[in-house]
Amino acid sequence: MTAVPELAVRCAGVEKHFGDGDARVQVLRGVDFTVKPGQLSFLVGPSGCGKTTLISVIAGLLDTTAGSVELFGQNTERLSAENRVLFRRRNLGFVFQQYNLLPSLTAAENAAVPLLAAGLKRRDALDRSRALLVRLGLEKRMDAYPSKLSGGQQQRVALARALVHEPRLIVCDEPTAALDHATGEAVMELLASSAVQPDRAVIVVTHDNRVFHFADTIAHMDDGRITHTSDRPPNSSFSAAHS
Amino acid sequence: MNFVALRMLTADRAKYLGLIFAIAFSTFLLQNQTSIFAGIMARTGSQIADVVDADVWVMDPATKYFEETKALKDTDLLRVRGVPGVDYAVRLFKGQPVARTPAGNFSAAIVLGIDDATLVGAPRKMLLGTWERLREPNSIVIDQAGYLLLFPGEPLQLDRTVEMNDHLVRIVGITDASAPFASFPIIHARYTEAVNFLGRERSQMAYVLARPVAGVTPEELTRRIQDATGLKARTTSEFRWDCVQYYLEHTGIPVNFGITIGIALVIGLVVSGQTFYLFTIENLKQFGALKAIGVTNHRLVGMILLQALTAGFVGYALGTGLAATFFEVFSLKIATRGIVLLWQSAVGVAVLMFLVVIAASLLSIRKVLVLEPATVFRG
Ligand SMILES: Nc1ncnc2c1ncn2[C@@H]1O[C@H](COP(=O)(O)OP(=O)(O)OP(=O)(O)O)[C@@H](O)[C@H]1O
Ligand SMILES: [Mg+2]
Repeated sequence: MTAVPELAVRCAGVEKHFGDGDARVQVLRGVDFTVKPGQLSFLVGPSGCGKTTLISVIAGLLDTTAGSVELFGQNTERLSAENRVLFRRRNLGFVFQQYNLLPSLTAAENAAVPLLAAGLKRRDALDRSRALLVRLGLEKRMDAYPSKLSGGQQQRVALARALVHEPRLIVCDEPTAALDHATGEAVMELLASSAVQPDRAVIVVTHDNRVFHFADTIAHMDDGRITHTSDRPPNSSFSAAHS
Repeated sequence: MNFVALRMLTADRAKYLGLIFAIAFSTFLLQNQTSIFAGIMARTGSQIADVVDADVWVMDPATKYFEETKALKDTDLLRVRGVPGVDYAVRLFKGQPVARTPAGNFSAAIVLGIDDATLVGAPRKMLLGTWERLREPNSIVIDQAGYLLLFPGEPLQLDRTVEMNDHLVRIVGITDASAPFASFPIIHARYTEAVNFLGRERSQMAYVLARPVAGVTPEELTRRIQDATGLKARTTSEFRWDCVQYYLEHTGIPVNFGITIGIALVIGLVVSGQTFYLFTIENLKQFGALKAIGVTNHRLVGMILLQALTAGFVGYALGTGLAATFFEVFSLKIATRGIVLLWQSAVGVAVLMFLVVIAASLLSIRKVLVLEPATVFRG
C-alpha cells in the first residue's frame, strides 16, 4: 500500500478553449483547483461557466490548452493515449445527469461494465456488481432493464457502476438534476456514504442547492475561473442564501 | 465485453431483423443469380459434356459453338483417322428438324446422328429402353424433357411414333440427356438414319469425335489433328468453354445477369451498410459512455466488428438457406433441372458479404474512434 498522496486533484492554471479564430471560445481561464483525498467536493456556478468542461479535463476526457492537471500525483497528460484510458479505467468513476446506462443490459450487468472492461470474467464481475447493488438497496431490481427502472433507481445503478471497481476519484455531473428532491437526497446520501473514503475523493457538479449540505468543500466557479472556495455550510440558511 | 456487443446488436429487434434481412436478401439474390447464370452458361455445352466416349471434337474452323456448325467433308473423317495418336474417330451428325406426334404436337428438335457401328456419342444414362434397340430401323432415342414436351402429361412409354420430315420413327429409349440451352427435345439416332430426317441437306457431318491412344493426351491430340488436317480440334472442356465464351460475347445474358448481380451487391452494401451505420449512430451515446468508462478504442473496434460479423453471418446463413431451398425446389422441375446452388457461388458470396459487412462497419468504426468521450456529459 503506497502512502496516500497529499492531493487527489490538483489543477494549476488550467486553460481550455474550443475552436479557433472567430469561432474561438475560451471556456477555462486559468483554473486553480484542488481536492484532498477523503473529501466530497462540490463545484457550483452559473450555467455556461465551464463546470462540465473542467471536470471533463480533470477526468482526462478533454485535453487542456494550458496549465496542468495531476490526479493523485500523476500528471495524466504526460501519459500515452492508451495509458490514459487505462488510468481512467482504474482510477475514475462517472455519474452523469442522464445516467447513460446501456438499455440492452440489466441493472447488474450495467453496474458490472467497468469490471468487464478491465477484463474480469463475467461471472465474477456480476457477483461484485450484485453485492454492491444490494448495498444500494436494489436487490429486487438487479435483473431489470433500465427502461423498467425509475429515475432514482437508474441513478443508483449508475452510482454502482461508478463505484464497482473502487476508483480513487468519482466525478458526477448534475447527478440529482433529473430527480425529485427526496430521491436526489437519497442518491446523495448513498454517494456520500459509499464513495467517500480516506484515500478517495468525489467531485460533484451541481446546481441543486438543496443538497449542498453533503459537501465538504464547495468551489464556486464563474466565467472560467474558481472565484472562491467555502467549507460545508453549517446549516440550511446557506442554501437559502444561494437560491 | 463480447456479450455486451451482442446485446447491443440485438436489443432493438426490428432494426436487428432489418439488418439481417438486408444481408440475407443480398446473399440470396447473389447466390441465386450467379448460380442460375452459371447453370445457363453450362447448358450451352450440355450435349458436349454428355458425350463421354470421346475427348476430342474436330470441326470446321468456321464452327464457333455447338449449335451452329459448318459441315465437314466426308473425307475429313478419313483424314482425322490418319493422324498418328488417334485411337478411333467417328462422325457425328447434327440437325434441327421438326418432330411431330400423331396427336399433332410438334417442336423443333436437336437430332444427333451417332456412328452406326459403335454408337459413340450417346449419353450414358437411359431412363427407359436400351441403346441396342437403336439398331432397329427407324428408331430414335429421345430425352425425357423432350418426350414430355411432345407428349405432355403422359407417362413415359416406349414404341410411340414420331414423324420427322415424312419419316415415321419409333421411340426405343428415353434418356435423361442434360438440359440444352434452348429447351428443344434431344433426339439420338443412327447417323445413316438421322441424315434422312432433314430434307434438303445430303450430308451434315458436323463433328468428328476422336479419342487418343494411351499415352497421348487429348490436348496433344488436338494439336496433332490441327497440324495435320487444318481442321479445328478441341478437347471436351475446351469446346465447352468455347460455347460459354460465345454466348458471353454474343448474347445479352451476361449483361442482364450482371445488372441483377450488381444491384444485389449495391443493395446489400448500401442497405446493410446504412442500417449498420445508423445503428452505430443511435448507440453513439452508449459507445461514448463506454469510452469514458475506459473501454479502449481497440476493444470498441472489436465490439463493432463482432456485431458486424455476427449480423453478416446470421444474414448469410439465412440467405444461403433460402437459396438452397429455392434450388432444391427448382431442381425437381424438368425445365430447370441441373441448375443447382454452386459451392463456388456460396463461397464467393460469403467472401463478398464478408467484405460488405466489413466495409459497412468501417464508417461506424471511424465514427466511434473520433467520438469525443466528453460528449457523454452533454444532455
Ligand atoms: N465542444 C465544445 N465546443 C465549443 N464550445 C463548447 C464546447 N463545449 C462547451 N462549450 C462552451 O463552453 C462553455 C462552458 O460549457 P460547460 O458545459 O462547461 O458549462 P457548464 O458550466 O457545465 O454549464 P451548465 O451548467 O449549463 O451545464 C459554454 O459556453 C459552451 O457552449
Ligand atoms: Mg454542465
